[in-house]
Amino acid sequence: MQEALRFQSVDVEPVDRAGMLTQARLVRRGSDSAARGLSLTIRDLRKAFGDNEVLRGVDLHIPAGQFVAIVGRSGCGKSTLLRLIAGLEVATAGSIAFGEETRAQDVRVMFQEPRLLPWARVLANVEVGLGRERASAGAQARAERALVEVGLGDKRGQWPSVLSGGQKQRVALARALVSQPRVLAFDEPLGALDALTRISMQRLLERVWRDQGFTAILVTHDVSEAVALADRVLVIEDGRVAQDVVVDQPRPRRRGSAELAALEGEILSHLLEGNEDTPGL
Amino acid sequence: MSLIDSFPRVRAPKLPRVDGLIPWIVPLAIILVWQLACVTGFVPARVLPAPSDVALAGWKLLLSGELIKNIWVSFWRASIGFLIGGSIGFAFGLANGLSQLSAKLTDTTLQMVRNIPHLALIPLVILWFGIDESAKLFLVALGVFFPIYLNALHGIRTVDPQLIEMGRIYGMTDGELFRRVIFPGALPSIFAGLRFALGIMWLTLIVAETIAASSGLGYMAMQAREFMLIDVVVLSILIYAVLGKVADSASRALERLTLSWHPAFQKK
Ligand SMILES: Nc1ncnc2c1ncn2[C@@H]1O[C@H](COP(=O)(O)OP(=O)(O)OP(=O)(O)O)[C@@H](O)[C@H]1O
Ligand SMILES: [Mg+2]
Repeated sequence: MQEALRFQSVDVEPVDRAGMLTQARLVRRGSDSAARGLSLTIRDLRKAFGDNEVLRGVDLHIPAGQFVAIVGRSGCGKSTLLRLIAGLEVATAGSIAFGEETRAQDVRVMFQEPRLLPWARVLANVEVGLGRERASAGAQARAERALVEVGLGDKRGQWPSVLSGGQKQRVALARALVSQPRVLAFDEPLGALDALTRISMQRLLERVWRDQGFTAILVTHDVSEAVALADRVLVIEDGRVAQDVVVDQPRPRRRGSAELAALEGEILSHLLEGNEDTPGL
Repeated sequence: MSLIDSFPRVRAPKLPRVDGLIPWIVPLAIILVWQLACVTGFVPARVLPAPSDVALAGWKLLLSGELIKNIWVSFWRASIGFLIGGSIGFAFGLANGLSQLSAKLTDTTLQMVRNIPHLALIPLVILWFGIDESAKLFLVALGVFFPIYLNALHGIRTVDPQLIEMGRIYGMTDGELFRRVIFPGALPSIFAGLRFALGIMWLTLIVAETIAASSGLGYMAMQAREFMLIDVVVLSILIYAVLGKVADSASRALERLTLSWHPAFQKK
């Protein structure tokens, strides 16, 4: 059922303005990377848990290779949307379609918890990310390359329990990257990290996204993180996309610049406004 | 950092020898005090024989071959009973941990049976099996079954569901998921059950051999009691203690070997 949803492909919609901007930038970055990402079209997506209607008709088009951030108040259904995209939940109604036919390893998720196997060494944990290709020749070399990519080449033989929180999360990133996904979804991957580690992880995320050109969907609580990383910030409210903000700032972005601060303020005020409208929250 | 690193290295050559001896200080002191108390006549020999007398009795039994024969019989009963009860318990633990249907079908029944102390079945078991080998094996197997079953079940049920979800996301088959996620995750709990079961195994065997047997350590002790050979009685008790300790150490060694990933077992 959920497989059917994921493998269904539709004609790519006319790309919207924000999408075209990204496309142009992607092409400039390198011809290969633009081809790697998958576009994603969500139509009237609904999800209810019993009587609790969490998503009430999400419509969304994400062009290939775009970096999208999703923000919203706690419990608004961000994780649910992400899990639906990743095929971990089944929608009550509506559809999610990728631009092309996808294989399981084309869509990867990273969670707030690293979810490493404590009884497997770091390298073996990364190899888990290869899925069915784990047994194939060169699997170990691919895992090693992914570890080097996240800057942990020297930790391959360690047990996860001796790593710091940030290092564990980087191993999880390597595991997600090793199969060269075309869509990578993050559910607050940096939520549990301290401020400094967060910033260096944000740089790492941006770098691998630019290198590999996958479509990135980042759920975050941190609006400044959203505007610093994303091409586009979606605000989820009342189970719908309430705001769709284009962050048209050149990269690498300077944190704390006036433009980013203004965007952040705009999104935050929207979120807070919603808060006042809803007494009891 | 370098200071912390160098600290154990400087002291390392001296420590292991001392460390290895420390646990033996108290038992050795007890034996010493015991010997003194007996030699001075503070404790009469018919209440408690001196350690040297116990050792002498052990030597004589060893020479006659009786000691080895009885230890071997007890060891054999313990192992076979443990293997039977343990493997059935483990199988039920796996089945009920992995399958909702199996758990619904059998768990309630097993939890009810668990509340019967297995030693309470001794009269019934003697009626069924006489003082045959099967009586002892049955009791040991029954005693070992529950700790193994309960801990295997608990271990499997408490494997982090987020890890299981991760395994599925990365395309593990059911077999791989069991081998790479569920079983290793349940292993610490399985070992806890194993150690507990080893304790129950010896306890059950002692009781069973004391009440209904014609060979084995418990039987040796009861025979000795009839002939007022108190040194042999004490010897049997000590041998039980040593066997229990050996079983426990073996399971600990196995645990250290297989749980080397666990922070609690990592060498500093
Ligand atoms: N498996 C589930 N069963 C029942 N209700 C669920 C389930 N998963 C989520 N919900 C409900 O759906 C709503 C949205 O949850 P979700 O986790 O998507 O929120 P979120 O936006 O990610 O929140 P947060 O920012 O705190 O992570 C919540 O009210 C939650 O209780
Ligand atoms: Mg969430």
